[in-house]
Amino acid sequence: MTAPFVLPPYARAMGMVQLADADGLPVLAMDFGDHSEGRPGFLHGGAIGGLLEMAGFAALDADLAARAVVARFKPINISIEYLRNGMPQRVFAQGQVLRAGRRIANVRIEAWQANRAAPIASCWMNFQLSPVKAA
Amino acid sequence: MAQDETHGWRIDGPFDPEAAGKVLGALGHGGFLGMRYGGHGDDWFEAELPWREALVGVGGNGVLASGPVISLFDNCTAMAIWTRRQRFVPHVTLDLRIDYVRAAVPGRSVIARAECYQIRGALAFVRGLAHDGDPADPVAHAAGIFMATGDEA
Repeated sequence: MTAPFVLPPYARAMGMVQLADADGLPVLAMDFGDHSEGRPGFLHGGAIGGLLEMAGFAALDADLAARAVVARFKPINISIEYLRNGMPQRVFAQGQVLRAGRRIANVRIEAWQANRAAPIASCWMNFQLSPVKAA
Repeated sequence: MAQDETHGWRIDGPFDPEAAGKVLGALGHGGFLGMRYGGHGDDWFEAELPWREALVGVGGNGVLASGPVISLFDNCTAMAIWTRRQRFVPHVTLDLRIDYVRAAVPGRSVIARAECYQIRGALAFVRGLAHDGDPADPVAHAAGIFMATGDEA
């Protein structure tokens, strides 16, 4: 039994919530609101990016926990492709860990709205892993 | 009414980066983040993202989340394009890449300066740098491409 990923203040302030798919893997969701609006009537690209990134953190956290690996991780970089307009409705995101080694983890993340097969954005993230120092 | 589509920006005359920057920090996601206009030149735009507890990210150490930095770059790069074009042109972000070279110091504002270094028809190429006080010691670099939509494309 491992502790679930804890959403940080930024994620909570944006209204992100943590769900799970059929396999129990983390899916993040965020409702539309003034706080996430870019050009009027559309989701802000940065808000989509923030959700993608948080889903990347959640996916890596779950992957490490499932293998009982204890490590700190921080993002090195992120590259986002915007595929479709973000509509004023709930948006979901889920990450997939392609590889997590001792020092680097490579994660892919997609965001979608009504139709999972029509993602609105996709991204990759690279994380640097480091051992947790003894207190 | 054209103005309603841009939160009151003038879209039919010369683009005013300072006026647009002030609107940007007052409404929607930019308002939530509390972005502040910082300055502009012929092809660049700068804005500040003040630190606050509600924007802290993973790790519990007071470091600003990287999500707001994505938003800051997205806005500053878009503004840099309209600044260079000298008019508002509707566009969408095709892609945006950010390299986080170090964590921002907790409590400090993050300042991003973005430049539109090339325009080729509908495509606008942008890059940017973010720092927390000293531009010579950046926290992040960005590169991206926007595409004009509609009749401008």
